[in-house]
This record gives sequence, C-alpha cells and structure tokens, in this order.
Amino acid sequence: MKRTEMGILEILTEDARTPVSQIAVMLGETEEDVAKIIARLEKQRIILKYPALINWERVEIEEVEAVIEVRVTPQRGEGFDAIAEQIYRFEEVESVYLMSGGYDLMVTLKASTIKQLALFVAEKLSTLEHVISTATHFVLKKYKDQGVIMDETPEDRRLKVTP
Amino acid sequence: MNYDQILCKRVADVPPSGIRKFFDIVSEMQDVISLSVGEPDFHTPWAYTDAAIYSLRHGHTHYTSNWGLMELRRQIARYEAERFGVEYNPANEILVTVGASEGIDLAMRAIIEPGDEVIVPDPSYVSYMPCISFAGGTCVTVPTCQEDGFKLRPEALQAAITPKTKALILPYPNNPTGAVMRKEDLEAIARVLEGTNILVISDEIYAELTYGDQPHVSFASIPGMWERTVTLNGFSKAFAMTGWRMGYACGPRILMAVMCKIHQYTMLCAPISGQYAALEGLKVGFENGFADVRRMVDAYDRRRRMMVEGLRAAGLKCHEPMGAFYVFPSIRETGLTSQKFCERLLMEKQVAVVPGDAFGSLGEGHIRCSCAASNQNIAEAVKRIGEFVRSL
Repeated sequence: MKRTEMGILEILTEDARTPVSQIAVMLGETEEDVAKIIARLEKQRIILKYPALINWERVEIEEVEAVIEVRVTPQRGEGFDAIAEQIYRFEEVESVYLMSGGYDLMVTLKASTIKQLALFVAEKLSTLEHVISTATHFVLKKYKDQGVIMDETPEDRRLKVTP
Repeated sequence: MNYDQILCKRVADVPPSGIRKFFDIVSEMQDVISLSVGEPDFHTPWAYTDAAIYSLRHGHTHYTSNWGLMELRRQIARYEAERFGVEYNPANEILVTVGASEGIDLAMRAIIEPGDEVIVPDPSYVSYMPCISFAGGTCVTVPTCQEDGFKLRPEALQAAITPKTKALILPYPNNPTGAVMRKEDLEAIARVLEGTNILVISDEIYAELTYGDQPHVSFASIPGMWERTVTLNGFSKAFAMTGWRMGYACGPRILMAVMCKIHQYTMLCAPISGQYAALEGLKVGFENGFADVRRMVDAYDRRRRMMVEGLRAAGLKCHEPMGAFYVFPSIRETGLTSQKFCERLLMEKQVAVVPGDAFGSLGEGHIRCSCAASNQNIAEAVKRIGEFVRSL
C-alpha cells in the first residue's frame, strides 16, 4: 500500500472526524486526491465504518459482554467458514475470530442480562451442528480498548515553555 | 555580604534566558494553548520505562563506569554506524552524558582557553553562547537567514574565522529554525575547514527528526572530517526521553578522554536507570526497525505541514522546516518585535509561542512554534494566530 493511503488510514484510525482538508495538508496532497482515495478505500471495503470508541462502563445501561471460546469440527471443503457464518449472522454477536491454539473461534457477545446471554449460548450457539463445546467468560472490566486506556485522562505534564 | 565581589563575572555577565520572563507569565495563566514547548508530547515508550523499572527492582542502583554502561556504548556504536555511517570504538570514543546538554558543556570546557573564539550560527539553541562564556571563551555568531533556509553558508563561516577560532558549533537539524544541512552543504563547510585546526562540535540531537526522502547526514561521515568532529546526540527528542537526561558524545579518543576527565570529576556518570532505559530503546529499535521513532516522526511530519500551512494562511512568511519539530515564521510584516508579538498573542488569544530573539539577535522578527502539540491544538492555535495577525 502506498504511503499516502497508509497515512490516510492512520490519521482516520486516530480521529475519524479529521476533515479531508486537514488530511490533505498533513500528507502534502491535494484535497481532491485525498477525497478520491478515501472514496476508493470505502468502495474496496478497506474503510468499513467511522465509529466512535465509547467507554460504555460510564454509560448507565444494563449490559453484559462475554467472550466465548468455541470448539468446532471443520467441514470438508468449507473449513471453518461455514460454521463461522452460522455464528456471525446473529445480531447479538459482536465479533467472530478464527484462532490458533486450544479452541477454534473466539466469539464476543453482548446482551442486556447475564441470563439472556447465557440462554443465547445454551440455545443458539451450543446447539449448532459441528459445535463441540463452548466456554463462556464474562467481561468484568475493560482496562484498555483499541489502544486507549479507559480510565486515564490525558494530561500534559510538560513545562509550558522550554527552549 | 557583597555578592558582587564573590560572584564570577563571566557568569554574571551572561544575560538571563530570553524565555524566562515569558515562562513566568505563561505559568500563571490558565487554558493557554502552548506551542512553546521544546520537548516531545509523547510519553517515553513503555518498554523503555519498564526496562528501567526492572533494573531498579534488580538492584541496579549504583554508579556505572564514567563512560557509561559498556553494553549501552556498544549499542550506541552500532546505532551511529548503522544509522549515520560513522564508526566509533565503544571503549574510548563514546561517552554517555547527562543529556546532550552536558556534552556541549564538556566539549567547551575541554578545548577553550581564555579568549578563544567559538563560532555559532545565529539563530541557534540557547545554551551554546552561555556554555562558551562559562568556559572563558568568546561566542562569534554567523548569520543565517530565512531566504537561505537558515543554512550555514561557507562564505559566512569563512568570514567569521580568525586566528583565535577554536571550534565551530554545527547544530543541525536546527532548533529553532528547523533547518537541515544536506551532504553538499556539509561538504562546502568541510572545504572551508580543511587545512585549519578548527574543531567541529556537531549537535545532532534532532538527527532522527528529518522529513522527506533525504535522511540526516552526520558531519563526521564527510570524508576527512571524522578526526575534527565531536558528535553530540541523545535520547531526549527521537526517543521521547527528555526527563531521563540521556545523551552521548562521540569523537576521537584524545578528545573524549579529556571530556571524560571533566565528566568524571563533575558528574561521575549518567544516571544508571536512564542508561538502562536508553539501552532498551536501542535494543527494541534494532529489533523493530525503530518503529517507535518512525511513528513519532510521522506524527511530527504531519503536524509540521499543518503548522506551515496554517501560519501561511495566517499571513506569516514561513519557510518549510525539514528537520527538528519547530516552525520559525517571520512576523516582521506585523511591525511588532518578537517579544511584543508573543506577549500580545498570549494576552489576547491565549496562545504561547517563543519569541525568536531568545535564540540570538537574528531570531528577532521571528517566532518559534513547536509541533510537539496535538493536531487539535495546532489547528486551533494557528486559527487564533490568524485572527490575531488580522486584528493588527
């Protein structure tokens, strides 16, 4: 990938609200070229979405999150893809990763209550054909997410003027 | 007590720092956007800090060799060779110092006899002149100018050389101007120095912070210049380690032995925890291609463009700095002095920048804006500077 494209992706990853005009200045490109590249990256599904990173623990809502280790039997000709799809199609499922190591799929789930989440695992996930076993781990606290330390307010500890 | 009789005249005669008064005002103010900080806004990468903590936990709380930890010197030798193509023997040609600042002081004290002259480009970092004066020497400035990209020109250097000239301080990439000296620029300087007995103190603390495709060229790498060059560098800027005070000096054995003699009796050694942190910085750097440094340099590069574009849009003449993390626009057309401009900008728009005259008389008519600030702060600050300039 070219330097400019990498630059655009890095800048948007840091702050998705950075205006195109500012990205252009930061990379020494024209606004028109940057807009074109972004449009292309969107079309290529390299840029999928422009979400905000939110500390939901500070929002007063009832919500539980769990990481579920799923062991499955891969299918002939389809490997893990077909069973993964059967899982990721559920709206409750936040993410599905194929993993190396002791289990096959790492699934993250969100629900309003522990009971709801546990029932989903018991009724929907465990009962899928080819699923051998599941192990559910509830998330108790997030310390760091997507490179951001959750409970730390950035603070400039430098002297205000130095030579 | 009559302190006047007691105090050393050559120290008392050095004028107070040009930013001191300004610092006092800014310190009292709330909600100021500061573009006047000469240090990275990044924290030290945690791996380096963690290495220092580990060293403390394992009882590494003693003196090191006067020269610094041998392992650190070996890594510095490798770093200088691989990054800048300059070879030094870690046993007796590399001295770990308390910041590159100590290196300036040591070099001056190692060579200056009363009345000796040391040439310094103007404008430049604030410490050279005082260190020369403290050592009993005379600082001779060579003008550099915006039209020339603030490069040191061979003819200007030639004009400043006298029989008393002992050394030239070569501070590139330059604080405050952001000027860099390309290979051909350095070769021209080398031609002036060939056949003289003038030493070069090459302060390369911003070596890693250069922008565009051309990397930094170390003066000692110019053919024939190694033997007359003391290279100063350190971890403050590129490794975001200012508070650790970790620098180093490299040069011919005879010179380094004298610098080490002063260091040995005045400092003994650089702080050991900092040495372990710096060592980790180099080790990690060699493993991952100096990814931390690259990440920070990329950020400075983008902010530098924002700053130049913003200041030009604000109506200030501004050359594009190719090194360090400062932008040094001219404010001459506003009719204000540097000091007045900075004071009024601070009072009226709550933006702090450093008056250019703090860096030498030729800095007058300029301000120094540091890119070691967040994108948001830079965008807001240049907007306010524009409002201020238009209000004049």
